[in-house]
Amino acid sequence: MNANGFVHKYGDNVDTDVIIPARYLNTADHKELASHCMEDIDKDFVKKVNDGDIMVGGANFGCGSSREHAPIAIKKSGISCVIAKTFARIFYRNAINIGLAILECPEASERIEAGDNVAIDFDTGVITNITKNETYQAEPFPEFIKDIINSDGLLNSLKK
Amino acid sequence: MAMTMTQKILAAHAGLESVKAGQLIMANLDLVLGNDITTPVAINEFKSNGFEGVFDKNKIALVMDHFVPNKDIKAAQQCKQCRLFAKSFNIKNYFDVGDMGIEHALLPEKGLVAPGDCVIGADSHTCTYGALGAFSTGVGSTDMAAGMATGKGWFKVPSAIKFNLVGELKPHVSGKDVILHIIGMIGVDGALYRSMEFSGEGLKSLSIDDRLCMANMAIEAGAKNGIFEVDEITLAYIGERVSREYTVYSADPDAEYDETYTIDLSAIESTVACPHLPENTRLARELGDVKPDQVVIGSCTNGRISDMKAAAEILKGKHVADGVRCIIIPATQSIYKECIKRGYIDIFIDAGCVVSTPTCGPCLGGYMGILAEDEIAVATTNRNFVGRMGHVTSKIYLASPEVAASSAVAGKIVDPTEL
Repeated sequence: MNANGFVHKYGDNVDTDVIIPARYLNTADHKELASHCMEDIDKDFVKKVNDGDIMVGGANFGCGSSREHAPIAIKKSGISCVIAKTFARIFYRNAINIGLAILECPEASERIEAGDNVAIDFDTGVITNITKNETYQAEPFPEFIKDIINSDGLLNSLKK
Repeated sequence: MAMTMTQKILAAHAGLESVKAGQLIMANLDLVLGNDITTPVAINEFKSNGFEGVFDKNKIALVMDHFVPNKDIKAAQQCKQCRLFAKSFNIKNYFDVGDMGIEHALLPEKGLVAPGDCVIGADSHTCTYGALGAFSTGVGSTDMAAGMATGKGWFKVPSAIKFNLVGELKPHVSGKDVILHIIGMIGVDGALYRSMEFSGEGLKSLSIDDRLCMANMAIEAGAKNGIFEVDEITLAYIGERVSREYTVYSADPDAEYDETYTIDLSAIESTVACPHLPENTRLARELGDVKPDQVVIGSCTNGRISDMKAAAEILKGKHVADGVRCIIIPATQSIYKECIKRGYIDIFIDAGCVVSTPTCGPCLGGYMGILAEDEIAVATTNRNFVGRMGHVTSKIYLASPEVAASSAVAGKIVDPTEL
């Protein structure tokens, strides 16, 4: 399993209120949530994002509320993987549970810039910055996490 | 092997003699919680995966509190979905308009959480119940769905930071000031993935409401849970509410902590978190000329009776400053009734405030007090992120009820002792 796309870059402490503001939480519809993804810090994100793109943040990405709507909005917007220095724990758990790939990699978080073309090999944890011709090493997923992400979420993976 | 308080509770619920930090365990749950925003997502997952029943109809709590009474048609649809689900599985602790309150004020009040419990909730402030000596943590809707179906949850056992509390709070200083002070000290990711354990002789000067407020905001330091040592104050509170059996756990004397901080409560002053992170703390008296357009006193952090009392004592016989809108929200029906009985509602209305039925409403920018462009709020809530309470350029200052009420009267942020 792999990802390859262009990068949308953000700073430290990207919180779930900016990922999907609570004023849109009166729905659980994935497409509608995705249509407001990131709008309070990057109002053009939904126009710019293409399927397979990669999101990169700094420390404590996804802090704040436990709303699963946040990783759902990111995933449905087309993002194939979120890379950050560190993740807030509820977001980390929710992202894996709904099948959104996420990687902790401080070096990648620091070096990668907006617009870079980045490829990820989830089996080895190697992140390749094609634009800058650099590689960064993240901890690869254990098999059971890969299985959850490939199955499109925890509950789907349990059905098998 | 020596364990922290949290580790002991997790070991017991996983049926293990002992656990250590980093270990993955499957634990039995005493309560699974959801609200009107997170439960619909969980129900969709629950149904699409073909679960046919819940593990225990008495151990699930569904509280309609975020957009309730329904703020719009979509919110009404979400509540209807929860209501039908609760009815179809005969969920005992379903709380709707009329008996609902803000979940983290309501559940302790109803005696649904006891010391030693293992609780998950699809709401990040589920960590509140650590005030009662329970392990309690926020999760997402998928974990909630799995928890409702199986009564189990998986956890990575956390390490812990110990806060040794000494001294006594000064007048007009409360649990809110203490937790804001601590978050300012360690940062919004200072306790990431870890437990915050509170103990020490200083506990004597912290009421249950102070502790609930402090444990509530453990998540704002990134913590997995916040937990308080159980003492006479806890047992007096639990004794009136919980009739089932429970177990009190305490940390081993030689338990290992990543860090230990000693907090002198007597040195803490009224503290405010400035926009746009809870870690941006300053002393209220040092803030200068910050003029609020709106003041909100309420929420799962500070909507309890002692918060109402603190606000009433400051607002009695006074009036909010020109141009300030002050919204007061008692967190549950019984707190509301107690406010009426004690004459607080008269005091609030005479002071020019409005009083609302229980709701999370304005705290998360839902309704009942949304901010316009560039407006400033002083709020007793828990998050001051960009756009949290309304317009993306609005600003939120987090404070105690004492500071919020004093600032409403003064028309600028002040320390209550300056009023």
